[in-house]
Amino acid sequence: MRYAMAVDTKKCVGCSDCVVACQTENKVPVGYCRDWIVEVTDGTYPQLEMEIRSERCNHCENAPCVRCCPTGASHFAEGGIVLVTPNQCIGCGACIASCPYDARFPHPDGHVDKCTFCIHRIKNGLKPACAAVCPTKCIYFGDLDDPNSEVSVILKKRKSKTLIPEAGTVPHLYFLI
Amino acid sequence: MREEIIVSGRMNPMVDPHLQIWHWQIPLYLFLGGLAAGILFFAALFYINGKEKDNPAAVKLAPFLTPILLIFGLIALFFDLRHKAFFWQLYTNIKLQSPMSWGAWTLMVITPVSFIWCALHIKELLPKWDWKYDWLKALETFFNRYKKALAWVMLIYSVILGIYTGILLSAFNARPLWNTSILGPLFLASGMSAGAAAILILSRSKEEKRRFAIIDLIIIGIELFLIVHMFMGFLASTQVQIEAARLFLGGPYTMSFWIFVVIIGMIVPAVLEILELRKFHVPAVVAAILVLFGSVMLRFIIVYAGQASRWLY
Ligand code: SF4
Ligand code: SF4
Repeated sequence: MRYAMAVDTKKCVGCSDCVVACQTENKVPVGYCRDWIVEVTDGTYPQLEMEIRSERCNHCENAPCVRCCPTGASHFAEGGIVLVTPNQCIGCGACIASCPYDARFPHPDGHVDKCTFCIHRIKNGLKPACAAVCPTKCIYFGDLDDPNSEVSVILKKRKSKTLIPEAGTVPHLYFLI
Repeated sequence: MREEIIVSGRMNPMVDPHLQIWHWQIPLYLFLGGLAAGILFFAALFYINGKEKDNPAAVKLAPFLTPILLIFGLIALFFDLRHKAFFWQLYTNIKLQSPMSWGAWTLMVITPVSFIWCALHIKELLPKWDWKYDWLKALETFFNRYKKALAWVMLIYSVILGIYTGILLSAFNARPLWNTSILGPLFLASGMSAGAAAILILSRSKEEKRRFAIIDLIIIGIELFLIVHMFMGFLASTQVQIEAARLFLGGPYTMSFWIFVVIIGMIVPAVLEILELRKFHVPAVVAAILVLFGSVMLRFIIVYAGQASRWLY
């Protein structure tokens, strides 16, 4: 099983509903967030092109954060989901320094926090909160090893990219372009 | 033109400067570790090759600094931890791929070794010293018998410690400035040079001073060579590493790096040491203090600048 997510940059309007849904679902402390919106504008007026991305931890297959963690607090859970065990984390920051996407942050309680792909929801057959709440339905989620999963189907149909694949991280967060 | 904005706040140093995750604690820890590694390396080296009589400060005096340096280093590391109550997790796990884990375990070996080394020499420092308890005396005889083996452990672990201070950073491919294998040897050399400087300050013997001035001079030469190599490597590499090198070649860290680290920390002390060897009267202490200063600055600047360098996407 390899969980992955695909975000449709052509459908995303950048409303930030996913950000708020995540903060609510995961009780993210005020002022912090596990996912965020990036707007990219290319070109000179009036020839402009825009891309909107809902970004989060890429749940990298070759995750530098897991490699650099001295205690094993950062680890791979089922389906390749990268998780942090708070009671094993010493808050050294090695994983934060090692993530090329700056997807992690120090939780005010001391341990490190980040996106979990809402593992507690997917275990119950639900979608991650961000995917469930998206008003344009632009977030697809599922198992890459299952050819009939939502994410496998859309990735077969559409062109996609990952962020800085040249960093060697093998991201599991795809962007449909 | 391309403009990229983060619309909803992300906890990221580009948005929130306080998220620069490592502050003064880590560079200080790296400096103290490197300095201790340098001192212990020379102590072990000159003991093993039987030159301890000629190098009293290196073998017997300077090592007394190292337990203190290492303990302060560990305290600095402890200050860096945000989840301090779980500190012990470092020592219930061995993660071979994590340099932080390597460092924690290396310190676990070399700190006791440095204490033992000092204990074996304390009678020369304080002639009236008495171990009081018999079992302490027995321990002393035991370690004295295996002193050579101890010196070898110290030699090997001091090199691991010295090189680890650089590898800790170079293992992070997310920060292109750190992601160069030159950083390991560079920090090792810088630690050795700092160690030689500390010995130079403590030494009372003309001969020994001269020897360490020459050693320091050679190491400074190696450091300059490594720095030039580092920039050559960056500039011949990908865009992200070219951008990383630009932090030091016109970017915000240009002045601090070239003035504090290269000129004040390497070139000036090298010139002073050459003058001294040519029998001009310059106090050797000045050169040594500058070397120590440069060694601190190197750590601080590389740790801070590294966190400002990133992949572009
Ligand atoms: S995006 Fe960052 S935090 Fe997430 S798995 Fe990759 S390296 Fe780790
Ligand atoms: S901060 Fe926590 S999760 Fe991150 S590397 Fe350190 S111990 Fe591991």
